[in-house]
Amino acid sequence: MRLLEYQGKELFSQVGINIPESILAQNIDSAKMAAEKLGFPFVLKSQLTVGGRGKAGAIQKCKDYSELESKFDELVHKEVKGELPRGILLEKMVEIVKEIYLSVFLNRSKRCYSIIASSEGGVDIEQTENKVILNVSIDGITGEQSNEVAVKLDIPPELRTKFVDLLNSLFRVIIEKEAELAEINPLAIVSNGSFVALDAKVIIDDNALFRHTDLQKYLFLTDLEKQASDNGFSFVELDGDIAIIGNGAGLVMSTLDMVTDANGTAGSFLDFGGRATSETIYEALKVISRIPKIKAILVNLFGGIVRTDLVAQGILDAYKNNILKVPVYARISGAESERAKELLKGSDAKLFDTVEEAINAVVLKVTSNI
Amino acid sequence: MKLNNIYNIFSILVGNNSDVDYEKKPVIIQGITGSFGSKHANLMKSYGTNIAAGVTPGKGGSKFEDVPIYNTMKEAVEATGSVISGVFVPAPFFYKAAKEALDSGIKLLVAIPEHVPIIDSIKIFQYAEEKGARMIGPNTPGVIVPGIMKVGIMPAQPFTKGQTIVFSRSGTLMYEVSHHLSNSGLGQRLALGIGGDPINGTNLIDSFNLIQNRDDVDSVVVVGEIGGDAEEMLADHIIKTGFTKPVVAYIAGRAAPKEKRMGHAGAIVYGTYGSADSKITNYARADVPVAKSPREVPLLLKTKLRK
Repeated sequence: MRLLEYQGKELFSQVGINIPESILAQNIDSAKMAAEKLGFPFVLKSQLTVGGRGKAGAIQKCKDYSELESKFDELVHKEVKGELPRGILLEKMVEIVKEIYLSVFLNRSKRCYSIIASSEGGVDIEQTENKVILNVSIDGITGEQSNEVAVKLDIPPELRTKFVDLLNSLFRVIIEKEAELAEINPLAIVSNGSFVALDAKVIIDDNALFRHTDLQKYLFLTDLEKQASDNGFSFVELDGDIAIIGNGAGLVMSTLDMVTDANGTAGSFLDFGGRATSETIYEALKVISRIPKIKAILVNLFGGIVRTDLVAQGILDAYKNNILKVPVYARISGAESERAKELLKGSDAKLFDTVEEAINAVVLKVTSNI
Repeated sequence: MKLNNIYNIFSILVGNNSDVDYEKKPVIIQGITGSFGSKHANLMKSYGTNIAAGVTPGKGGSKFEDVPIYNTMKEAVEATGSVISGVFVPAPFFYKAAKEALDSGIKLLVAIPEHVPIIDSIKIFQYAEEKGARMIGPNTPGVIVPGIMKVGIMPAQPFTKGQTIVFSRSGTLMYEVSHHLSNSGLGQRLALGIGGDPINGTNLIDSFNLIQNRDDVDSVVVVGEIGGDAEEMLADHIIKTGFTKPVVAYIAGRAAPKEKRMGHAGAIVYGTYGSADSKITNYARADVPVAKSPREVPLLLKTKLRK
């Protein structure tokens, strides 16, 4: 779960990292009240989970009420990479002496957490060569390591203690909140000699949420995602018109690739996991049926334990109960496939022996419909 | 003790010709009385795995089928001499179960559950290293030595005996690719699920180290997916170690959008980090062709084997 900036800053604040004075507003009225409290000028920042806000114009300075009216309205309606903001943060500006980059992230191949730091703040860390990467133990960052980072970043000696505290606080976010990433970019050294986090990018380990009741309020799901998640499905909505359903994340991804190779466009990704029964397929079809742009459904199931006739029954039930109005193209590898074919005869669902045949048929269907 | 130097995976799972329990190494199932654990304990048994004991706290003294159940891992290990455990407990209980297993002398921990918190995985991985043990997974279908035994949840049908090794970050794709290999006459010596999580107790490089210099292995198939840099690191490793047996790869998720988690906790692309392009480019450096679909894997492998 990627947190919004203001949520990340709430966590930073909890562990003692300085953040600028700011207020979140959901509408222009609350924004005006916030402006009164903060005083002009300030910055308006769209609260999004995608990167590239600055370039997209979703961060803007604001100097008076008339600017607030027009810019707030502009930002509320501005989509960035297909995403609308979930609130606008009004934030006081600080007097920046120097900007740096600092993060702690899950280093997958090293199987530990690592610090990345750069004396160039505000840059895309992937693009810059000027950075230091240090692997740290889950027991904590050693004094030696903190010093090493401070030296590499040219932190003035009188600020070293503050910097070490900050680094340890950032690491606390990783361990105490179970984050995969805690990034401050940029981290500002301000004129009074303190460090202030001007942005916050925090990704929480979804699998640890069950033991962090304080973080569950940040979970944001669309209705469809909620319905999918309640059923234990992994679900991602995409841009096209073919819904892909399967058992296993890798298999569904692979099917998505093959559909794309065959010039089809996927409208959703749904992995219903290990249990392929008539109920699971039925519930999966129920989720898909709520996406209007879907013109056809591709089902790809593999596994020796799968009873294909049960899956076929689930599809039939969905048609019978009028949940399903689009055709289903299915490749279901498993036991009882002859019986499954028999069951589906005369319905809008077709079974194929290979996924390639099913894909060709579904792509032909949706493209000939246009 | 360093991970690479401990037991060879085949001698743990299968043993040596001279062992009295050759091909019948005892395996303990943690969580054997749950619906998931019991179903798969049965399937493993019918495949040929010697399920020697089960552990469910509070159910010690009873039996599952004819398998004795113990309250603790310590008792189960003492009674069976097993060094292999299949962990079938739900993710929130994984840490405790895995730690107990390692404390009781388990050397190979097959961690089946999905949704284990990352910190728990890191802690268990490090603890296993300390104890000179190995974890496979979590979020893995397990490991199978076709025709002999399996510890995990994979179906039996896709696998046949042979000389190819399959390593996979995805469960169903491991079955799908093995199915295509088997249909093309390319049986498998071993198929091992790395796991779909960001942290793998046995990662791709570890896996390659397990099968180096084996006469009974003639090729390797690596089934990967977007996210992380496991494939990139493996490509470097293949070049550095001069691994000479034919390797063919498959990568799922070429068409997936960025910054979306595609089902697996580990399948997410940030910027170029974890992208399919990055993996394919790096594999090319290591002379590892990447199949466009699971069906293409045996074709590419046969071409490589002929060379």
